[in-house]
Amino acid sequence: MPGPQPIAKPQVVPNSETIPEPLLTAGSSRVADGIFHFAMLACGLCVLALVGLIVYELISGSRLSWHAFGLKFFFRSEWDPVNEQFGALPFVYGTLLSSFLALLIAVPLAIGVAVFITEMCPRWLKGPLAFTTELLAAIPSVIYGLWAIFVLVPLLRQYGEPFCARYFGWTSGIAHRFGFQGPFEGPPYGIGMLAAGIILAIMVVPIVSSITREVMTAVPQQQREAVLALGATRWEMIRTGVLRNARAGILGGVILGLGRALGETMAVTMVIGNRPEIAASLFAPGYTMASVIANEFSEATGNIYLSALIEIGLALFIVTIIVNILAQFLVWTVTRGTVARSHA
Amino acid sequence: MPETASANSEVATAPISLWRRGSDLLATAAAAAAVVLVLLPLGAVFGYLVYKGIGSINWAFLTQTPKPVGEAGGGMANAIAGSAFILLIASVIGVPIGIGAGIYLAEYGRNQFGNVIRFTADVLNGVPSIVVGIVAYAIVVLTQGHFSALAGGVALAIMMIPTITRTTEEMLLLVPNAVREAAYGLGVSRWRTTLSITLRTATSGVITGVMLAFARVAGETAPLLFTAFGNQYWNWKINQPTAALSLQIFSYAISPFDEWHRQAWAGALILIVLIVAAVSAVRIVAGRGMLKGAN
Repeated sequence: MPGPQPIAKPQVVPNSETIPEPLLTAGSSRVADGIFHFAMLACGLCVLALVGLIVYELISGSRLSWHAFGLKFFFRSEWDPVNEQFGALPFVYGTLLSSFLALLIAVPLAIGVAVFITEMCPRWLKGPLAFTTELLAAIPSVIYGLWAIFVLVPLLRQYGEPFCARYFGWTSGIAHRFGFQGPFEGPPYGIGMLAAGIILAIMVVPIVSSITREVMTAVPQQQREAVLALGATRWEMIRTGVLRNARAGILGGVILGLGRALGETMAVTMVIGNRPEIAASLFAPGYTMASVIANEFSEATGNIYLSALIEIGLALFIVTIIVNILAQFLVWTVTRGTVARSHA
Repeated sequence: MPETASANSEVATAPISLWRRGSDLLATAAAAAAVVLVLLPLGAVFGYLVYKGIGSINWAFLTQTPKPVGEAGGGMANAIAGSAFILLIASVIGVPIGIGAGIYLAEYGRNQFGNVIRFTADVLNGVPSIVVGIVAYAIVVLTQGHFSALAGGVALAIMMIPTITRTTEEMLLLVPNAVREAAYGLGVSRWRTTLSITLRTATSGVITGVMLAFARVAGETAPLLFTAFGNQYWNWKINQPTAALSLQIFSYAISPFDEWHRQAWAGALILIVLIVAAVSAVRIVAGRGMLKGAN
């Protein structure tokens, strides 16, 4: 067990000439020890205080809006700064739909990458591949946004969306029966929910795959050997021996990815279209909770406008915290007891 | 199957059905395809950054401030310097607190209270950056009365602290207890042991953590939107609005001017080169072994 144990002060100091002088004089002070302990404790308390401060500022900042609209704030779709009428429903919808879309695309890819790196690829390729996928996580959000505006969006407008409309357009028929717009209906702007979902997916893949890799590494080697000894092929070994044992942790990784997608701001703001409307079509522009704060916070005039934006921030904070805690718990159920340090 | 010389080869090479062999092959192909699909955007992003950005980086871009709309030329010198300035403020605030909290967790925090701080650091790590921006706005901008470099620095510091705390703790725990005991045995006090023996041994690991945190916040834009705010001119005052590379890229990217788009690519290329350099440096330091002095 690491962590130093307190030591008893030696009764007799032997032969003080042989012991280097600076260490003894500099080290014998009990007061200095106390001060050091206190200073480190203060740093630790800083972390606590920061989270406390975040909670306090968000709650006190959103009080005005909470009193004006109550819980209905999250179920109203009106966003009218001129008449000071605010409802967050379009933003909640946009955040949920874009994140869901992102996970739908990212999760199979991320698990595929993790399986390939941990179980299939030759040893010499392992390090470089892991490094490259982690590099995806190091690219700043604003650069993804820049790339999406000038490369992804034109591609979607010219090829992606017309393709979807042609081959998946039949889904509109089913959607119309329930009174909705089809998911691949409407003019292909390029900018919109689909672009946001795709760029989010690219950003979420490295997180999901690195956690998946970590929990798969935590599955004991004997599991694999046992399944192989029964005559399984490699894929059967991965499916029954590894993935099944790691599924809680993989779910944790997916939820962690969800947490990232929910709070992601810049790239989404740059491509989602920023229109506070609820549309069923993925081609239509939308708006998310994070991007409405990013776009309107510094220009918000009037206290209640600002307060409504802070309340959206508070909601975002609460949701991401719950999602992250859940994810960490799930990852912990798989990796506990093993020293899984595949990251860093 | 080729004949093997093993005694029980009949058992080992029991026929595997076509279906099972096929699904094995299919799964391998699918996983490899996933890798290709994930690396594709990575390649595309880097490719476009170099292709579009490299032509726009010149001496003027690195030394001049932005020109008004319609005039060609100008650069992002003030934004590059502003980013460095904000990151410096963030590091001055965030690094000591982060390392201190990490030391506390590793050396004094093996108890319930330590677990509370550990959990809180993880919570802080998951807070969306835009929310951190709101909080920095509330505590710095509102009290000062205007946007400032300090507010941006505080926002980024809040984001750096949890990463530094957790990696510092992890690295200090890797230092064998025997090293600490040896120091105690020489009569060195606890604080001195922690600073000049334990922390010294784990230095490269701790630096790794700091660099990771640094790389993570270097490209952050959302928390700077309403804290540092951006500036078209030079600014070295801590309480004035300051330009930042990421903010400049954002505002140029969503502008309708080709000249500004060109500069956005160039700025993005510079930003990514800085970040990749930091991450690679981490990789090299980490690869050399966390605990050079320990053994």
